[in-house]
Amino acid sequence: MAEPRTRPRDAALGSGLGRVLLLVYGTFAVSAGARAGVQIATHFDEAPLAYLLSALAALVYVAATVGLAIGGPRGRLIALTSCSFELIGVLVVGTLSIADAVAFPDDTVWSRYGSGYGYVPLVLPFIGLWWLWHNRPRTT
Amino acid sequence: MISTLCRVNGPLSVATIVVALVLAAWFLLRSALNRAPSRFDLLATGLLGLLVAVLVVVAVVGLFDGSRPSDTATFAGYLITTIAFPPVAFVLARMEPTRYGTLILGIACLVLPVLVLRLQQIASVTTDIAAAAHG
Repeated sequence: MAEPRTRPRDAALGSGLGRVLLLVYGTFAVSAGARAGVQIATHFDEAPLAYLLSALAALVYVAATVGLAIGGPRGRLIALTSCSFELIGVLVVGTLSIADAVAFPDDTVWSRYGSGYGYVPLVLPFIGLWWLWHNRPRTT
Repeated sequence: MISTLCRVNGPLSVATIVVALVLAAWFLLRSALNRAPSRFDLLATGLLGLLVAVLVVVAVVGLFDGSRPSDTATFAGYLITTIAFPPVAFVLARMEPTRYGTLILGIACLVLPVLVLRLQQIASVTTDIAAAAHG
């Protein structure tokens, strides 16, 4: 509980809990990216939509990681955009993958709300957005 | 067939998983108690990293030993991620001398068993190199 008091107002976005998020987002960037790379390189024809979504998800995680890492107004904007996109992505793809399983024969990170990844992809954007809100620039 | 499972299903993997989980519990507890990573914590992470490195090297050697996972590319990707994970967590935790540094170590120790289990899963579907060459 001492943390919010000791954390300076102008502390970098990528420090404290932000550094934990860096690790988690970085992990997802690597795993989603590697997965998309393998899928597209070896059997792209089987499910182009799912694999392109995997690649898109990977890009979003990379953007979030970069945004958190560089910080400042620009980093915040990048992180905010990618976290919001990630939230919409996991909700839309998660719902579609349940409603229309035929269009998603192969899993993506966001399929079934990220159940293949312990639902972390569903929880992560909420934590990311909360962190960005918690560290919003204050005029006073 | 156990011996041909690219050697990620042996006692070494079990040891890695158990050590990682024990350390994860320790780190999460320490983080909850608002403790920054201690020398012991970083040392323990280093030793876990060594254990993981040995596991990965053994798995790589196994790749050239008769049978391979059908999905060799994915397997190799996971091997690279697995061996890189403890050092990355170590460096990030060094940069963060707060409770969140300890949380980084805890999360890394939770992810590692998942990576090892995924390696085992991928390795359990094997192709004989000789048979694959003919096919």
